[in-house]
Parts: sequence; structure tokens; C-alpha cells
Amino acid sequence: MARSLIHDLGQQRRESVVNQPPIGPLVFFENLLGAGVARGTPLLFATLGEVLAERSGVLNLGVEGMMLLGAASGFGVAHLTGSAALGLLAAMTASALLSLIHALVSVTLTADQVVSGLGLGFFGAGLASVVGADLVGLSNVPRFPAFELAGLSSIPLLGPALFGQNVVVYLGFLLVALCWFYLYRTRIGLELRAVGESPAAADALGIGVSRLRYGHVALGGALAGLAGASLSLAITPGWVDGMTSGQGWIAVGLVIFGGWDPLRAALGAYLFGAIRRLPLDLQGVQSLPLFHNPNLGYFLDMLPYVSTVLVLVLAGATRLRRRMGAPAALGQPFVRGERGR
Amino acid sequence: MAQAPVVRLRSLSKHFGTVHAVDRVDLDLYPGEVHALLGENGAGKSTLMCMLAGLYRPDAGHLEVHGKPVSFHSPRDAMAASIGMVHQHFMLVPTLTVWENVLLGGGLPPLLRPKRAAAQVQEAAQRLGLRVDARAQVGDLGVGEQQRVEILRVLMRGVRIMILDEPTAVLSPGESEALFATIRTLCEQNCTIVLISHKLEEVRRAARRITVMRRGRSVATFDDPMESTARELAAAMVGEEVSLELHRGEPVPGDVLLEVRQLEVRSDRGLPAVRRIDLQLRAGEILGLAGVAGNGQVELMEAIAGLRPVEGGDLKLCGQSATRLSSRQRAELGLRFIPEDRTHTGTAPSLSVLENMVLRRYRGRGPWLRLDALRSRCQQQIEQLQIATSGPEQAARLLSGGNLQKVILARELDPDQARVILALHPTRGLDARATAQIRQLLLDARRTDPARGGHPARPAAILLWSEDLEELLALSDRLAVINAGRIVHTVRHGEADLPTVGRWMTGSSTEPEAARAD
Amino acid sequence: MRIELRPRLRVSTRLTLVTSAGAVVVALLLGGLLLWAAGVDPIAALRAIFSASLFGGAYALSDTTVKATPLLLCGLGCLLAFRARLWNVGAEGQLLLGAWAATGVASFWLPPDLPAPIMLVLMALAAMVAGGLWAGICGALRAFWGVNEIISSLMLVYIAQKLLNYFIFGAWSEGGFPLTPVFPQSAWLPRLSDWAQRFPALSGLTVHLGIVIGLLFCFLVWLLVQRSVWGFELRVLGDSPRAARYIGLPVERRMLVTMLLSGALAGLAGMVEVAGVVHRLQDRFSPGYGFVAIAVAWLARLNPWGVLLGAFLFAALLVGAKEVQPGGISMMLQGVVMLTVVAGDFLLRYRFHRAPLQEAGSGQELDS
Repeated sequence: MARSLIHDLGQQRRESVVNQPPIGPLVFFENLLGAGVARGTPLLFATLGEVLAERSGVLNLGVEGMMLLGAASGFGVAHLTGSAALGLLAAMTASALLSLIHALVSVTLTADQVVSGLGLGFFGAGLASVVGADLVGLSNVPRFPAFELAGLSSIPLLGPALFGQNVVVYLGFLLVALCWFYLYRTRIGLELRAVGESPAAADALGIGVSRLRYGHVALGGALAGLAGASLSLAITPGWVDGMTSGQGWIAVGLVIFGGWDPLRAALGAYLFGAIRRLPLDLQGVQSLPLFHNPNLGYFLDMLPYVSTVLVLVLAGATRLRRRMGAPAALGQPFVRGERGR
Repeated sequence: MAQAPVVRLRSLSKHFGTVHAVDRVDLDLYPGEVHALLGENGAGKSTLMCMLAGLYRPDAGHLEVHGKPVSFHSPRDAMAASIGMVHQHFMLVPTLTVWENVLLGGGLPPLLRPKRAAAQVQEAAQRLGLRVDARAQVGDLGVGEQQRVEILRVLMRGVRIMILDEPTAVLSPGESEALFATIRTLCEQNCTIVLISHKLEEVRRAARRITVMRRGRSVATFDDPMESTARELAAAMVGEEVSLELHRGEPVPGDVLLEVRQLEVRSDRGLPAVRRIDLQLRAGEILGLAGVAGNGQVELMEAIAGLRPVEGGDLKLCGQSATRLSSRQRAELGLRFIPEDRTHTGTAPSLSVLENMVLRRYRGRGPWLRLDALRSRCQQQIEQLQIATSGPEQAARLLSGGNLQKVILARELDPDQARVILALHPTRGLDARATAQIRQLLLDARRTDPARGGHPARPAAILLWSEDLEELLALSDRLAVINAGRIVHTVRHGEADLPTVGRWMTGSSTEPEAARAD
Repeated sequence: MRIELRPRLRVSTRLTLVTSAGAVVVALLLGGLLLWAAGVDPIAALRAIFSASLFGGAYALSDTTVKATPLLLCGLGCLLAFRARLWNVGAEGQLLLGAWAATGVASFWLPPDLPAPIMLVLMALAAMVAGGLWAGICGALRAFWGVNEIISSLMLVYIAQKLLNYFIFGAWSEGGFPLTPVFPQSAWLPRLSDWAQRFPALSGLTVHLGIVIGLLFCFLVWLLVQRSVWGFELRVLGDSPRAARYIGLPVERRMLVTMLLSGALAGLAGMVEVAGVVHRLQDRFSPGYGFVAIAVAWLARLNPWGVLLGAFLFAALLVGAKEVQPGGISMMLQGVVMLTVVAGDFLLRYRFHRAPLQEAGSGQELDS
């Protein structure tokens, strides 16, 4: 947020791509798919986390801050302990704990969830800045390894792109499946869905509304932390103030685009990962005018953000016809038997 | 009554703030009986039963089930004691399927097996004689079927003592009959049913014993309902020989204030809801719309009010063509609307009582807001209508439903400006006194009788829809029956009785014609 | 005798002030704790912050006022939108667009020898139009397509930043540096230090006319929101769009107009900042005023004069934050303030009550 938003990592990347030899369309597509999946993974984690939180009826707008915190703390702990895995754990814990504040304010104190989430986001971003102040530019921090999945990676076209990735990407695949299963095939998932739609009904049936909400806000926070750590310890890697550049916000938009469903959210996240990558790849194509006019790069950088807005317009237009909409109780505090809220 | 009571409530009390919702109530329930809890709205019937069902914790008193003292901390505990409640506002999750709703919170395994669970629910429904489709989405179901899902849910939990809170409030006469048949079957299986209702006749027919509650207290128990007269029951409910008689007066029909021609309106889902309706409403009369909920009444009223687009036909207000006018312009012509949703449509919850009362007349001559001038008038109306509030500055959302409705009525039944009033079930959820008051207000709004104070200078015309058929018959000068978006019958006050109108509403007698109602 | 929570029936202004002030105090305490955890002496840090900003004499006050000006204008813009329950969190983007438009007028689109008042007025108008339209996009998207304005306005912040980068680093760049050419003199907002030759005491005081503009708009917004029919209708709209529609307000149009006005004020903040402080468009001229303004508006409980106070408070934190290492603390404090204020809302809705059981009240209708 704030001034750190303006810094653009992509700027650095651009220079390195421009000087590479021209590539054919197949390779272009492979690169795009692979990079899309890789870059989409942090988005995926954040989106899945927010899906879970919103399914319980709580809107958490602090995702960006939680991601930044996860990135900084994960990086820092990995540096301190020499273990990327510990860094990851630390990131998830820190973000989860912080989200609990939001849960306390929104669920127990029934305060306005928008402002609370925004406040949380500011806090998280600021804290990340503080935590990461001495971490900028460190280079020999342990990171997650990339490895090929033998056999699968030799599938033509898709193989290298999908199965020659960093381990966090595989974690992402796993998490999508787990999330889907959790939401639709477990009892808790059913209770979660009930709580988000009709907390009064769930409460009357003896389901602990507050408990579920706290739990899933924390879980959402943990996943946002995971998202940040996957950025700083795998995908980027490294730490720079404000390195998420709004991906947390894109994740919130993707939740809407994905209709609060893990599979569609995954699709959206990978799509957006590709969109973030696209400008860089396009600039390597000498036959396009982009190659020759560096100024167009600024406009290409807008692509993910413009796409998010477009995607929201689409989602809004079609939602009236589709059944899948927001959880009915999203953003509304629940108090048993209280009149007038 | 040779058997022992299966449930004993002794001295049960519950209060919210300073108000005692339930005050030292004793009650005995015997196996195999239908026990009715009769009382006006606000008497405490639901609150009492919510304590039995584990939703509320009693502040005093104790409960005994099968002779053993119990203390429920949650609905789950009550279920464990075979006690379950079917609420007035269904506790169903619309986006989940029937089987998911039925089994929710009731011992599902950690990993779900949808096919097996759906089959289980379907089989149980068949066994219990309840017609439901286990795989349907609850949001798609009609009201009667949703109620069956609720009943199925409590039965599948092994509930033997079932509490039904105002079950027929949303049912058509035919569906009510089906419900009572189900209740009879259950009683034959030695279940105990508690029927909460404010409908005298229904309770007399269906229940073996009746306990009347008033203001949180149990005031009388009638062991043989057919022996006691309706008068006795009503007296017990209201507490005095209050004549609930309304002064109808002799209204003189005046000019046509509202004219609707071949109106076509669509529902929210895009389906036709109003199919070429013709209406004429004259000053000085109440035209009642009788119809089962969902037959186009709401869409019709909203279209006339300008809150819903009109697909075809036109309408005239006070002689002027109004089809293209905005709702504000129609309001300026004298149209007023009492909506169904009083908490978020009829009032702005965080605004004060004063601000809500002036929502039709806050615009002055300039751009500046002058509420002070309107404050004394607001205070007057608060006193006149006996609105229980700490003052004009209180936030509207803190008012109870009945008082909120009075605020809306104070605003909409403005004698100076209201010419055509559209009212959607204006007495829903109000206690008997307030209900009588409001009914009288509606009747008075259409008359100019110098002998009764506070009358309008010019009589208004009222279009009224109510789910309470008795109310409609009592208030309407003319009654139009609406079915599937068409007006199928029109009668004058006193020409048809309740069962006949009920039949017309469900379309089970003559062929519906696109009749003109004038 | 038991203690229970009951809805509060009436909220006095005094209580609102007390809770807001209390929230700030709690926030500062928490901030102090954070500083202590970061290894900084909290008392010294807080003292440093306040002496550098509010209590350090004329220079400190001048610096704080300069920072408070864009916060005030943005905060007023946020206030308008929030009152309609339109969460315009993209004020930063609208501010940037306003600055851009003002720069365009000053340096590129109009002759530089225009008389100063005309130039400044045109710059202000351009900024308000640009900022207004930028917010208007979100308003239209929300009103007519139901697009969540939080996300759309935020996305537009990022887009605005990229757009400005194009001009600052590219099209309008002076000599390849991330700066545009300096504005002509006619495009500089007058400052106190302009009269330093005649009044030496004024030298170094960079406070500029922007604060007067800010105060003016503070008054105008107050008139609009508290005293006018339009403001009343805005409140109805924010409280319940269904009720607003029911009484015949053109809901979509109002949403759009509100966003236009909100963005216009934020755009004006951008103009005031470039015309009063840096006198050119440059990279990172705004430390996130638009975002801080959200916290300001919320702390002020959507009251214009509260926004004035809040703007100064947060400006003090911004000025003083330079004294405190590490950076990022001020953003944390913003977050904490928002959290404490919104948590404190709880006390405005409920009160603790010692309840002796009393006799029944009137036979009011409850949930049957």
C-alpha cells in the first residue's frame, strides 16, 4: 500500500527479457502456461483463503496486508533459521494470528467488516514493512526447491509447464482439490456453507456460528500468509517492500469471479497469473510493435488490474442468471435473536 | 388424563431488557395430544416454546421431561430429549438441498456420502407420509413443501414432542388441511404436538386442549375446546370484553382515483406475475385483494407504486396518466404505499423516528432541510398512535415491529396528502390492540365524518392485501380475488363468506376469467 | 442483579467524541507498545513525533498544515462517499489523476503567461473533473453493473499509478528523470514564505493557500451534508437503498453523482499538492494521502469538522514519522486507529446495564 505500491518489480524484469532471442508460438504458449501457473499460485492461495472466510459470512479485506506480512515474516524466519519450511510456518502463523483480530472485531464486537478489514490491511502492510526493513536485497535466503515430477513432465505441451514447477505450485494443486473436497464433501464444509447463507438457521440447529467464523477467518489469514511466503520464498523470490503489488486485492476480486467456488477460483488465479506474465512475454516478441516502444509497457502493466475490473463486470452481469452468488449473510454480523440490525 | 404428563413447565420466566416476555408460566403436556398455545402476537407463546426447544435459556423456573428435571443449553440438548420446533420463519438454508437441510446438525458423518444421505432422507419421508424430493434445492420449493422439510427434519431426529409455531400463517387453506392430517397421524403414533397460533377457529378445530397466554402469563386452560365459545377464548386472549368491532361507517364512493388497465408486470424472475389486470378504485372505498401469497399481489402493488416496471397496459392516478411517472411523481399526486418489508424498505433503520416520519414531506421550498418545524407534528403523531419510543430522536431500528409499522402508517396515512393508499398486509405481527387501531385508521381514511375527529378533508381510496382473510373480509368494501396474476372474482362486502373466497383463491371452483373488477 | 448488554437507545454527540478520542488514545498506547517491541523507546518516539509536528513552533505547525491539506480534502471526499455507503477506497487514484490534470493544464495545455488566479482556477477545475471522472467510473460500474466499488476503485489506483508513470517517466519527463518540468510561476499556489522579504518572520513557512481551499470545502461539505435536503437524502441512501428507492430517490443517479463529487475532492487534493508543494509532477509525490484519508474519515465519524481534526492528527503522525525508525510504523498506526475506532463502535451500539428484574413493560409486540 501507500508509496510502496508504486514500486514495480516488473520494471526490472522487463530489461532482462528484452535481450533474449526470438521464440516460436509453441514455446511462447508453454512459457505462458508455466509462468501463469507459477505466478498464479500465490494468487490461488490468497483466493482460496478468502473463499473460505467469505463462505462463513465474514468479509476480510485485509488480504493484501496479510500477504505482505506472510512474505516478510516468511522470508525473515527462513533467513534466521535457514529453513524455508519454518519460514512458511511462521508466515502462516503470523497472518492467522493477525486475522484473529479482525475476527474479534467483526464477529464478537459485530463491527463494520469493511473498515475492520481495511484497518487490518494497513496494519499488516505496515508491520510487514517494519519486519522486512532489514531484509531488503538479501539474496542467500533458503527457498523452496523446484523439481520435475518424473513421467508427468514428459507429457507434450502441458508436461513441462504443469509438472516442472516449484514445490509450492504442487502444493497449490493439492490445495485446490482439498478445498473442494472440504467444502462439498465434509460435514464441516456443509456447516460452513450453512453459516454463510443463514446463520440464524445454523444457530438454531446447534451449529457454532462464531466458532466457525473465527476458525475460517484464521484459516483464510493463514492461507494469505502462505501466499505471501510462496512469493518471497519461491516464486519471486526475495523481499521488497510492497512486493505483492495488489495481488491481495485481485484475490478478493477473484473470489467474486470464481463464484465462491474453489475450482473456478483456481481457474481465475491461474488465468491472472498468465495475465501478469503476458506483458513480459509479449515484449520479447520482436514482430510486435511492443518490442519497439518501451512506453507501451506502462499500459501493459495495467492489464491485470483492468482485467480484474472487466471480470467483475462480467461476473455481475451473469450472476443474475446463474445461481451462484455471494453467501447471503456475507458482511452481516450475527447476533442471536437481536432486533434491528 | 390418566397418563402422566410427558413435559412439565413450572414457573418458567424469560425477560428481554425490562420486558417480561414470559412470566412464571406453568404448563403440562400429555402424550398423544395436540395442545394449542393461543394468544395474540407478543403474548410470549413463541418465547415460551423456544425455551422448551433449547433456543433460549430460562431466567427462572424449571423444566421436566418424562418426570426428570432437564436443563437445555442448546437446541441439540432439546433434540436429545426428543423435543423439536418448527419455526414460523423457516430455519432452512435456501441454497442447500432438502437432504442437506434435513441432516444438517443432526449427526452427519465427517465425510459426506451424498447419494446415501439423499436416499436415507427420501426413504424416511416416504415412511412418514411426507411428500418431498430429497434432492431438490430448498430455495426452489413452495412454502408448503418447505414446511414439510422442516417437519421431516425434526421427525428424523426422533422428536416425539413437536412444536409448530404459527404453521398455517403462510399456507393456503388446502395446504393447511394437509398439515392437520399429518398432525393427526402423528398423534396417533403417540407424539405430542404443540400448536402455537393466534387463529381462534383453527385452534378450536385442531386442538384437544388450549392454553391461552396473555402478556407473558398463562391465563387459562381449556380442556374441551368445542365446549368453550369463541367469545370466551377471545376474552381470555385479550383480557377484557373488548369489542373488536370496527366502525365501518357508510362511505360514499366518490371519483375514480386509481384506474388500472390491462396491466402486465413481471416478477423478479422474469416470469409474468400480473396478467392484464383491470381495476378501478374510487375515493371512499377499500378494495381488498384476496390471494395466496405469490399470485401477483405484491408485483401489482409495486407496479402501481412505481417501484416495478410495467410491461404492458397503463394506469391513471387522480385522472392523470401515471404510467410514465416516477414513484416520487406518483407520491406527489397522492399515492402512498405501505410495503411488506417494514424494516428495510418502509423505514431507514439508522435514521431517527422523526426522520422516518418525514420521508414524504421533508422537501421544502429551498435546498435546505428544515426538520425542526416538523418535530412537533411528529410528537403529536407519536402520542396519537401510541408509538412506544423514547422520543423522535430514537433510531428506528430499535423500535419493535408494531411500533415501526405505526411510524410507517403515521407517514403514509397522512390525511392532507394521501389520496390512494396501497397497503401490503399492514397488521402483520401486531398485537390485537394495535391491529384494531390500524384497521380503524384504514377504515377512517376513506370517510369524511365530521363527528369523528382527525378525518381527512378528502376521502382516500385504499387497495389492501392481507394474508389474514378474516381481516380482508372485515375491512373491504369490495373484494377482488386474485389468482395467478388475474382477477377471478369480485364481490361486495358481505356477499361471500370465507370458505368461498378461500376456494376462489386456490382456483378450485369456476374457470378463471380475466374479469374486470369495478 | 446481573450485567447484561442492551442496545443503546440514543447516542449523544459527547459520547461519540469520547469514543473517538478514546480510540485514538488506545491506538497511541498500542503504537507505543509496538515501538517498544521494535526496540524503540516509545515515550521518546512519541515526544519526537509531536514536537516535530504540532508543538515545535511555527515551522512544525507549518509542515503539519501542509501535510494536513490533502488529507483534509481527500478525507472530505471519502466522507461523502462513505455516507452513501459507497466505499471509495481509491481516493489515492483520484488524487493522482487530479495532480496529472493540473500538471497538464499548468505545463502543457495552456499558455504559461495566463494570470495566476485564472491558471490556478483552471488547474483546480481540471483536477476536479479528472478525479471526479475517475471515481465516476467506479460509481457507474457500481450503480449500473453492480460491481463492487472497493475493488474497482482500488484497481483504478494501480491503473492511475501506471498511467502517471507513463507521463512522469516517459511522455512528460524532463531530461529522462522521473520529473516533469517545473510549473510556471502562475501555477504556484501562494505560500506564506512568498512574503518573507516583507515579513522576515515568514521565511521558511511553506504553508500554502491550499489550506484555505480545504477549509472552504470543509464548510461547503458541512452545509451540504448536514443542512441540505440532498445531504439528508444521501443519508437515507446510505442507510437503506431499498428505502431510498421506495421514497422515490433515483438511487443509481445519486450513487454516480456522489462518487463524482467524492473523486472531485480527491482530485482537488492532488492539484493542491502539486501546485502548493512540489510544483511539478514527480514520482511518489504522495505518501499515500488517499489511503490515510480513509482512516481520517472513519475516525471523524463522517463529520466534516472531525475530518479537519483528524487530518491534522494524521498529518502530525506523517510529519513526525520521519523521526521514527523504522518506517512503516505510521501505517501500522493508521491500521490500529481504524481498528480501535471501529471496535469502539461497539460501545455506541450497546451499553452495559445492571439489571434488577422489574415488572413487565407495556404489552409491546415482540417476536411472538
